[in-house]
Amino acid sequence: MIQIKDLHKSYHMGSGSLHVLKGINFEAQEGEMVAIMGSSGSGKSTLLNILGILDEADQGSYFLDNVPIKDLNEKIAAKYRNEFLGFVFQSFNLINYKSALDNVSMPLYYQGVKRKLRTEKAMHYLDKVGLADWATHLPSELSGGQKQRVAIARALASNPKVLLADEPTGALDTTTSYEVMELIQGINDEGKTILVVTHEEDIAHMCKRIVNLKDGIIISDTIVQQVSAKQQANV
Amino acid sequence: MFNLEGWQEIFETIGKNRLRTFLTGLSVASGIFILVILLGFNSGIEKGVKSQFEQDATNRIAIRTGVTTKGYKGLNPGRFIQMRNSDFNETSLKYQEDIEYKTSIYSIWGGQITYGAQSGNYRVEGSHPDQQFIENQDLVSGRFINISDVDEKNKIAVIGMQIQKDLFKGEQATGKRIKVFGINFLVVGVFTDPGGTREENRVFIPITTAQQVFNAGDRIRSIAYTVKMSDNFDEAVALSAAMSENLEQDLKTKYSVAPDDRGAVRVNNTLEEAKKIYGLIDTIRMVFWFIGIGTIIAGVVGVSNIMLIVVKERTKEIGIRKALGALPSSIVAMILQEAIFVTTIAGFIGLFAGVGLLEIISPMVDSDFIKFPQVDFNTSITTVIVLIVAGALAGYIPARRAANIKPIVALRDE
Repeated sequence: MIQIKDLHKSYHMGSGSLHVLKGINFEAQEGEMVAIMGSSGSGKSTLLNILGILDEADQGSYFLDNVPIKDLNEKIAAKYRNEFLGFVFQSFNLINYKSALDNVSMPLYYQGVKRKLRTEKAMHYLDKVGLADWATHLPSELSGGQKQRVAIARALASNPKVLLADEPTGALDTTTSYEVMELIQGINDEGKTILVVTHEEDIAHMCKRIVNLKDGIIISDTIVQQVSAKQQANV
Repeated sequence: MFNLEGWQEIFETIGKNRLRTFLTGLSVASGIFILVILLGFNSGIEKGVKSQFEQDATNRIAIRTGVTTKGYKGLNPGRFIQMRNSDFNETSLKYQEDIEYKTSIYSIWGGQITYGAQSGNYRVEGSHPDQQFIENQDLVSGRFINISDVDEKNKIAVIGMQIQKDLFKGEQATGKRIKVFGINFLVVGVFTDPGGTREENRVFIPITTAQQVFNAGDRIRSIAYTVKMSDNFDEAVALSAAMSENLEQDLKTKYSVAPDDRGAVRVNNTLEEAKKIYGLIDTIRMVFWFIGIGTIIAGVVGVSNIMLIVVKERTKEIGIRKALGALPSSIVAMILQEAIFVTTIAGFIGLFAGVGLLEIISPMVDSDFIKFPQVDFNTSITTVIVLIVAGALAGYIPARRAANIKPIVALRDE
C-alpha cells in the first residue's frame, strides 16, 4: 500500500537549514496498523505530512497504492488526498460552525457527491462511530472524545485507502483515549490500512507494528502483539 | 464554479457568520449610500441652476444705455445716452446673419392696469413679436403680439398668468378688455414664464403702440437679441461674445462714449455667463464623482481588509478543507463568491436606502439652487456595475491568498 525509499526532507529557517528526515525506508501492506513513535523533533509529524501529501519530500520516492507521489500540482494533490487519505488530527480540526453531520459530509462535498446522497453517507459513518443522535450538534456542544469520533467519521467518509492519525489521543484522557483506539482498531479489523503517530507507549501497543523514529531515521521496526483497547479499558 | 452546491455552501457560511457579514456589508452599503446622496444632490444643483437660466433664453444679448461717467472728446460726463428706433434697425441689419430673434423694448415701471373694479401696478413693456422667444415664454391661452400688431399700432396686450390670477380672479382673460393708464387694450393672450411669479407680473404690448401711448416718439429703452446657436457650444459662445463686443463698440462710437465707460452702454451676454455656470456645474459634478468614487474605493479597501482578516481567521478551516480534498480553485471561488455576494447585496441596500431617502426629502428641498435631487436610472446602473466589479476586486486578493495557504501551516496554526 505504502512504499517509501530513501526519503529526505529539510526545512530552511532563515540562514540555516534543518535536516529533519535523513533517509527513511518504509513499507506498509494493506490492512496493517502501524504506530510511528518518536520523541518530539524526531521527524514523525514531518513524515506523516509527507505521507499525507500535505508536504513534499526533497529526495526519495513515495508510492501510494502503486501511484507515484511526486511533483504533484495542487489540483492533483487535492484529488489524491481526497481519494486515498483520511486524516485524524490531535486537535480534531472540525469546522466549528458546521454541525457534526456537515463536517462528516465535507470530503464528499469535495468529491462532488450530491447533497442527498452525501447526507445519507455521512449519517452512515456517524452511526458507525456511535454519534447518529448528535448529527445536528455543533462541535462546541460535543465532548473531546465525541469530537474525535466525528473526525474519524469524517476521515472515513470518502472511503480512503489509508487512515492517517496524528496523535489522535493526544488531547484526550485515558478512558476516552481507549474508546477512540477501540474504534480505530475496529476500523482496522475491517481491513483499512492505518498509520498512527503517537508518543504514548500504551497507544502504540494497540497497533500491530511499531516503528521508532529518532533524529530523522528509523531506529527500530518491530511487529508487536496487539493489545485490545477494549480489554485495556476494563483493567 | 457557480453551481448550486457552491451557493448552498456560501449561504451556510454567511448565515453562520452574521456579524462578520454585517460589518462587511455595512462598509459597502454606507459607501454606496453616500455616493447616491452626493450624486442626487449634484443633479439637484444642476437642475436648480439650469432652471435659474431658463427664465430667459440662454443665448440672449441685451443692450441697455445709461449716463456717461467719463468725459470723452470734449463732452462732459453725466450725459444720458438715449437709444432710438434707428439704432435697433441699424444693428439688426448689420448683424442679421448671426441674429436669431430680435426686439427693441420701451417699458414703463408700475403701469396702472384696471379690469372692472380690480386694478394693480405692473410693468408694461412695448416689444416686438420675437420677445416671446427671447423671454422663453409659453402661452397659456391666446396668442402673442404679431407683426401686424406692431405695424398697425394695435391696442392689444399679452398679460402674465399672475396678472390674470390677480385681476380676473380665475376668469379667462383672453378676449377681455383692460385699461392701461385709462386706455383700452384687448387682451389677446396669457403667458407663463419659467422665471416664475416675478416674470409673470408683466404686460406686453406692441412697441409701436407703447411709443405712441406713452408719448415716447422713436425712443427705446433697450434692445435684446438671441444669437443663432450652432451645434458647437464653444463656437456659439465665441460668436455671442464677438457680437456683443462689436455692438458695444458700434454704439460707443456712434454716441461718442469713452471705450472704457462701463455705465453708458452696457451689453449683457447671457451665453458667456451660462458657459461659466455650466463650467461650474461640470466642476461640481467632477468633485462629487471624485468624492463618491473615493468613498467607494475606501469601502472596497474596507471589504478587502475584512476579507483578509476573514481569510486569516479561517486559515485553519481552509487548511482543513484542503486536507479533505478542496481544490485551490474551489477555495478561490468560495471566498470570491462570498465577497461578490455580500458587496452586491449590501450595495443594493445602500442604493435603495439612498434613492429612498432622496425620494422622501426631494419634495421638501425648497431652494432656488437645488431642485428635485434624484439619481437617474443610468447612474444607478453604473454604480451597481462599479460595485460588482469592486466586490470581485475586493475578494480576489484575499481569495488568492487563501488558495495559497499550505494545509500543514494552517493546521499547525493553533
